[in-house]
Amino acid sequence: MTLVALKGLLGRKLRAALTAVAIVLGVAMISGTYVLTDTIKAAFGTVFTTVYKNTDAVITSKSALGNNTNNNNLPPSFPASLLAKVQGLPGVADAQGGISDFASLVGRDGKVISGGGAPSLAFSVHPHGDQHFNPLTLVSGAWPVGPHQIAIDANTASKKHYKVGDTIGVIARGPEQTFTVAGVVKIGGVASLGGATMAIFDFPTAQKIFNKVGKLDAIDIAAKHGVSPSQLVREVKPLLPANAEVRTGQAQAAQATKDTNGFLSIINDFLLAFGGVALFVGGFVIANTLSITIAQRTRELATLRTLGATRRQVLRSVMLEALVIGTLGSVAGLFLGLGLAKGLNRLFVHFGIDLPQAGTVFATRTVVVSLAVGIGITLIAALRPAIRATRVPPISAVREGAVLPTSRFARFSAAAALLTIGGAAAIMLIGLFVGGISTTDRLLAIGVGAAAVFVGVAMLAKTLVPPLARVLGWPAVRIGGAAGALARGNAMRNPQRTASTASALMIGLALVTLVSVLASGLKTTFENAVNSVFTGQYAVTATDNFSPISIASANALKKVPGVQVVSGVRAGDGKAFGSRIGVTGVSGDISKVITVKWQAGSQAVPGELGNNGAFVATAYAKKHHLTVGSPIAVETPSANTMHLVLRGIFAPPKGGSPYGDVTVSTQRFDAEYPNPQNVFAFVNIAGGATAANTAKLTAALKTFPDAKVATASQFKKNQEKGIDMLLNLLYVLLSLSIIISLFGIVNTLVLTVFERTRELGMLRAVGMTRRQVRRMIRHESIITALIGAALGIPVGIVLALMVGKAIKFAAFTIPVGTLVTFIFAAIIAGIVAAIFPARRAGRLNVLEALQYE
Amino acid sequence: MATAQDQTQPQRPAAGDVVVSARDLTRRYGEGDTAVDALRGVSLDVRAGELVAVMGPSGSGKSTLMHILAGLDTPTSGTVEIAGTEITKLGDTDLTRLRREHIGFVFQFFNLLPMLDAEENVVLPLSIAGEKPDKAWLEELLEKTGLAKRRSHRPSELSGGEQQRVAISRALITKPTILFADEPTGNLDSKTGGEILDLIRDSVDTYGQTIVMVTHEARAAVIADRILFIADGLIVKELTGASTEDVLTVMSSLSS
Repeated sequence: MTLVALKGLLGRKLRAALTAVAIVLGVAMISGTYVLTDTIKAAFGTVFTTVYKNTDAVITSKSALGNNTNNNNLPPSFPASLLAKVQGLPGVADAQGGISDFASLVGRDGKVISGGGAPSLAFSVHPHGDQHFNPLTLVSGAWPVGPHQIAIDANTASKKHYKVGDTIGVIARGPEQTFTVAGVVKIGGVASLGGATMAIFDFPTAQKIFNKVGKLDAIDIAAKHGVSPSQLVREVKPLLPANAEVRTGQAQAAQATKDTNGFLSIINDFLLAFGGVALFVGGFVIANTLSITIAQRTRELATLRTLGATRRQVLRSVMLEALVIGTLGSVAGLFLGLGLAKGLNRLFVHFGIDLPQAGTVFATRTVVVSLAVGIGITLIAALRPAIRATRVPPISAVREGAVLPTSRFARFSAAAALLTIGGAAAIMLIGLFVGGISTTDRLLAIGVGAAAVFVGVAMLAKTLVPPLARVLGWPAVRIGGAAGALARGNAMRNPQRTASTASALMIGLALVTLVSVLASGLKTTFENAVNSVFTGQYAVTATDNFSPISIASANALKKVPGVQVVSGVRAGDGKAFGSRIGVTGVSGDISKVITVKWQAGSQAVPGELGNNGAFVATAYAKKHHLTVGSPIAVETPSANTMHLVLRGIFAPPKGGSPYGDVTVSTQRFDAEYPNPQNVFAFVNIAGGATAANTAKLTAALKTFPDAKVATASQFKKNQEKGIDMLLNLLYVLLSLSIIISLFGIVNTLVLTVFERTRELGMLRAVGMTRRQVRRMIRHESIITALIGAALGIPVGIVLALMVGKAIKFAAFTIPVGTLVTFIFAAIIAGIVAAIFPARRAGRLNVLEALQYE
Repeated sequence: MATAQDQTQPQRPAAGDVVVSARDLTRRYGEGDTAVDALRGVSLDVRAGELVAVMGPSGSGKSTLMHILAGLDTPTSGTVEIAGTEITKLGDTDLTRLRREHIGFVFQFFNLLPMLDAEENVVLPLSIAGEKPDKAWLEELLEKTGLAKRRSHRPSELSGGEQQRVAISRALITKPTILFADEPTGNLDSKTGGEILDLIRDSVDTYGQTIVMVTHEARAAVIADRILFIADGLIVKELTGASTEDVLTVMSSLSS
């Protein structure tokens, strides 16, 4: 029996290959993801180990609120006097202080050099003396010395063609300054840390440009001979202020690796989820392909039964076939993943996430998981067709045109489908709405629920196919004449087959619809929010739309003639009632450019905050039982506590609040936060938003290349770019599962052509041209694809409705234009899928086809 | 060549005209030592309104001859003219057009489309050609073949005899210059087969349909006006107005 199964497989190479494709692509996604993230992790690990190679211990500044460094809130620096104390410790051989901050480089075109979403790092170096603490190595030139020199990373230098001696712009705090490139450097042996740009200054210059004179962000320490790093850490610890911490060099490298790995794990899980979807769709394709193959082999299987094969042997032979296909497909996918990893990386670079890579890492885990998942899915998908195969009665061997007996439960299939959909929806609703579940369980419930919804709809599809095909096939009949009419008939002739084929496409289209409907809802609410809140004439934001901008840029705008108001919103971190919050700072004139509804107080509240006043949003007030006059204690990153009094409560619009959890006055904010910056500022100018005013304001920002002015509508568009970017990334990743479902259509059509060979021969004999044959196959393909769209788009809309309800801040709007595009995409998909099968069908030799058994 | 549209009401050729003419047909399969000569020089004429049976033992070349006459296979040498057109050099599209206009087929295994009902199967060649059926002719055919009441049934709901009658109607609907029937009774029991043979004979007598029928059954062959016997790729004997005994005698001499 084993031999029969294997020989049979060999005899059906094309079919086996087509079946395996579904698995190859899904597994490639899984293995590609692992290879990519493993490779990046290894690269980061090497970098950090190299960086802290000669450092036994390192003191770094930390936020009193915990570890969280980003552009918005650098941990506050500690006093430079700590260095002398550390140097005085008995175990310390050597110690050196350093500055680290953020500074953008400005290119020759006057635009900020983007690190592709990666931060713009800045470090200090001590140009004289040995560089054993220095994590940087010179590629060319020398270390920067004095207030006019800089060193930049090799990546930026080569990408933007900078060499030693060139001048380059830098934005640190305030307007652009010009420096001469003294050197080009690498960090930890790599040209770039994930695309981050680097600006390196000598130590005194760094202190000065970052307003950190008398302060330090880090101290590198080398231990005396015989003193272990952990001993050293114990010695240092008692000296530290509240906003500094000490670790061994090794621990610091591990911590840095852990921080990046956390981020990479998110990427990893994110990509694996799409791999999972692809394999799920692949499972559908495999199940369907095997079902068709088995139906076509009815006579062969029956013959085996008459020759004495037991049902168990039939089952085993089909499962063995699946095992072989699954194994071959998974191995192919595993290696294709290596290539895909490069493609994924390019995709991320394109979407602004540039990650470092060293040698490709192909871990055992990658191999095990890829093979196990790929083979597992194939076997599960094969189970149902295999069981059907066992039901072939031996009598079929001698009967012309025997068909498989229908299952005893077939007549309950519609009811079972509805039950499945109901159960699936219930699981999803629990995941979406029931409180007190962990995020993991929640996502699991939503995922499992959605998968079950797809299975349920696929089960129901069999019932829906005939009416759908009748309607969706109407254009085919109009356009394609007899070929179109036959195509429609063919699509309806085996509803189960058409349903399964269309269902694979349904899944991809449903998910694409889900994200597009959600994104459109998010945009709508965001636009509504901006429309109601933003009453100023211009907004000032970072050129990348999300980084903070210097206060100096806002001040520069105040000098423009005609400008009436320039008011910014500061933002930083805080801690109140035991949890992390966002703190914002505003001045009274913010009310002239931002309008919110007040539940307690009025638009005058921002102007009346004084030194200890604060206002919060309604939800925050409700959660912590705050009323006007309530005290609020907010801890700052510098370990101070602001004792504030509530002066007002506002109702933020759906779709985003312009303020953080707690808002204080600008004056108080600037006193508590070192280096305060605006997240955005708004401008009112005499004459309003006109081309002339735009030009005037833009000119005033010339020395601030990191900031730009935008009218209300531009501001909205800019802010939505992020959503669009994410949306496009999701489309690309989901397209993989759509491609797999395309292969599903190809499979079905190819198998159908095999099956209908004699019929095609007859059609050709009675006068059908090759063109007509191709047209007939193509229309059947399009009808199948359209059924997939007709099932998938509504399912996607319903899913979006549920998810949208759960995340509350999205309105429910149907992006009609986008959905129409999806329908056209489905038609094109149908046409593409039909190319190969149609050509095969057209090429059939009439005579051979007529004699085909 | 006339286009499909001109052929909505094809005129039958006058009785006695030569409609199929084959000259010196040879057909060799394979090459070198393993080459098989299925036809070794066959010439024949079929006249309008004639029912010709081609008989021979299996492997004699009778199927090959029919396939070549119908333009489904190409001879190694020799020519075939159908309705005045030399077909052995035609491309696929022209051949397809020729089949639409001049040739009808009846197969051993009926070859009906399962998703179409009887009437739709009958008019299929016209649908493919983008033509409307002549209503009166369709009704007459359905009446004649006894399918009038079964017209909206699918093939799976029809008996084997009914299915073959649908197939014959499908071949007759275009009033083809020549109808090729390949073992039309091969898949039917003798009673049903007899009914089908009556129908075939009747379509010649009533409508003047020209038919070439390949068969290995003596009782089928005897309905023909002329019987051609083929053995080893050659026409070895021709009988007109033969009885079953005559046929069986020739056949047994051929197979010995």
